Amino acid sequence: MTNKTVLHAKHIEAGAKMVDFYGWDMPINYGSQIEEHHAVRTDAGMFDVSHMTIVDVKGADAQAFLRRLVINDVAKLDVAGKALYTGMCNLEGGVIDDLIVYFFTDTDYRLVVNSATREKDLAWIAEQSAAFDVTVTERPEFAMIAVQGPQAKAKVATLLNEQQTAAVDGMKPFFSAQAGDLFIATTGYTGENGYEIALPAEQAADLWQQLLDAGVKPCGLGARDTLRLEAGMNLYGLDMDESVSPLAANMAWTISWEPEDRNFNGREALAAQRAAGDQPKLVGLILEEKGVLRSGLKVISEDGEGIITSGTFSPTLGHSIAMARVPRSVKLGSTVEVEMRKKLVKVQVIKPSFVRNGKKVF
Amino acid sequence: MSNIPSELRYATSHEWVRNEGNGIVTVGITEHAQDLLGDMVFVELPDVGDNVSTGDDVAVAESVKAASDIYAPVTGEVVEVNEDLEDSPELVNSDAFGDGWLFKLKIEDEGELQSLLDAEGYANSIDED
Repeated sequence: MTNKTVLHAKHIEAGAKMVDFYGWDMPINYGSQIEEHHAVRTDAGMFDVSHMTIVDVKGADAQAFLRRLVINDVAKLDVAGKALYTGMCNLEGGVIDDLIVYFFTDTDYRLVVNSATREKDLAWIAEQSAAFDVTVTERPEFAMIAVQGPQAKAKVATLLNEQQTAAVDGMKPFFSAQAGDLFIATTGYTGENGYEIALPAEQAADLWQQLLDAGVKPCGLGARDTLRLEAGMNLYGLDMDESVSPLAANMAWTISWEPEDRNFNGREALAAQRAAGDQPKLVGLILEEKGVLRSGLKVISEDGEGIITSGTFSPTLGHSIAMARVPRSVKLGSTVEVEMRKKLVKVQVIKPSFVRNGKKVF
Repeated sequence: MSNIPSELRYATSHEWVRNEGNGIVTVGITEHAQDLLGDMVFVELPDVGDNVSTGDDVAVAESVKAASDIYAPVTGEVVEVNEDLEDSPELVNSDAFGDGWLFKLKIEDEGELQSLLDAEGYANSIDED
C-alpha cells in the first residue's frame, strides 16, 4: 500500500515524475531537478514534506523525558518557539534518527522526525516514554510545506494575514511560531533562508496553489538531495544509521556533554568512544575534474580506507561533491583518492559544508 | 510513451542511429534513455579517429542520478563528436534526437544497420523493461 500526501494531486497536476520513497509516492522532479535546485539557490522553491512525522510531546515530565531521549540538551531551550537539531541514540550510541525539537514550554514540545524511520522512531519513543509522565501524539492531520530560497520569506509574506505577519516578524533562524492555523518555522534542509510550514491537511492544497501563484517553484526530492548535500546536512540512512556513532557522522556538535549528570541514552557508549578518540569522521570531498562521486565508493588515503556516504553533482559549484566517512587522522585540506569507474581519481578533503546562502563556503 | 522517430534505427541499449548517407551515421541516446537518467551533468565522448566495434563501451552519460555506459551500435571510425555537450550536457535532455547527438561514425558495413531495431521494435523492447 503506497501512501500519498494530501498534495499528491497537485504534484500530478504539475507534471511531476513520481517515485516510491520509503512507501510514499513522492515527486522526484517536475521536469529538471537542476532547474529546481537553482530556483532554491537564487529565488524560491517549495517542497512537499508532508510525509515527515510530527510528534507532540506534552506533560509534566516532557523536559525530563527529552533530556533522556536526545543527545542535545533541551534544557538549553528557554525562549518559546526555539528549535534544536539533534540525534536520538540507542544505548550503544548508534543513531536511531536525527530530528528537530521545537520548544514551547517545559511541558510542551514538538518533534519532527524522518518518515523513513517513522515506525521504529515511534516504537522507541513509546518505549522510552513509559517511565515518564508524558503523552506522545503523532500529528498525521498536518501537512507540511518547506518554502526555501533567498526570496522565500518575501513570497510567503504576500500570503500572510496581519496576525501571521506579526508572528513571523523578525523571527531568527531556528525558531517557530504558531500563527493561526499555520505553524511556521525558520528551519529547512537546503542551506537557504525560508520556512517550514505545518498546517491542517485540508488547507495544504490551497496554500500550495497560492505559493505557485506567488512564483514559488515546486521542487522534488532530487533537488532536495543536492541542496542538502551542498549545505553539508546529513541524510539519515546514508550518512548515518543505527550502526554509526554521532561522533562519526559530524554530529558531535549536537551532543551536550554538560551537565555531566544528564544521563541521556547512549551517553556511556559515546563518552567511551570520545575518550578513545578512535571513531572515524565524516568529511567533505570535492572532485574538480569530470565525474560524479557516488554513495558506496571506496576512499583511499595514507591513513587507511573510507567510504563515500553520499555523493552528487553540485549544480551550484559545477562539479561533484560528497560526504565520506574516513579515518580520524585524515587531515582537512589533504588529497585522497576515490575508486571510481575502475580508475582512481584525486579528491580534496574539506569540512562537510559546500554552499550556504547561494555561496561557496570552502 | 516517449517519442520514437520512425526514420531512426535503435539498439536495445537505448542508442539511436541516423543514416546520413555516404557511410556516415549519427549516434545518440533515446528520449526514453535520457528520461530514465534524469538531468545530464557530464558526457564523456570518444576521440575522433577511434575505431569502435559494435557493443564496445565508447562513451559515458553521467546524470545527477547515475553514470551510464553508451555502446557503439555499429562498427566504424569516429569522425566527429558533439563538442557542444562539453558545456551543455543538458542538450541530451532537451533534444535527445537532435542537438543532443553524441558522435558520428564512418561505418564499414551499411548492412549492419539492418540488424538494429526499427521504431516499433524499440518501442516493444522498452515495454518489456
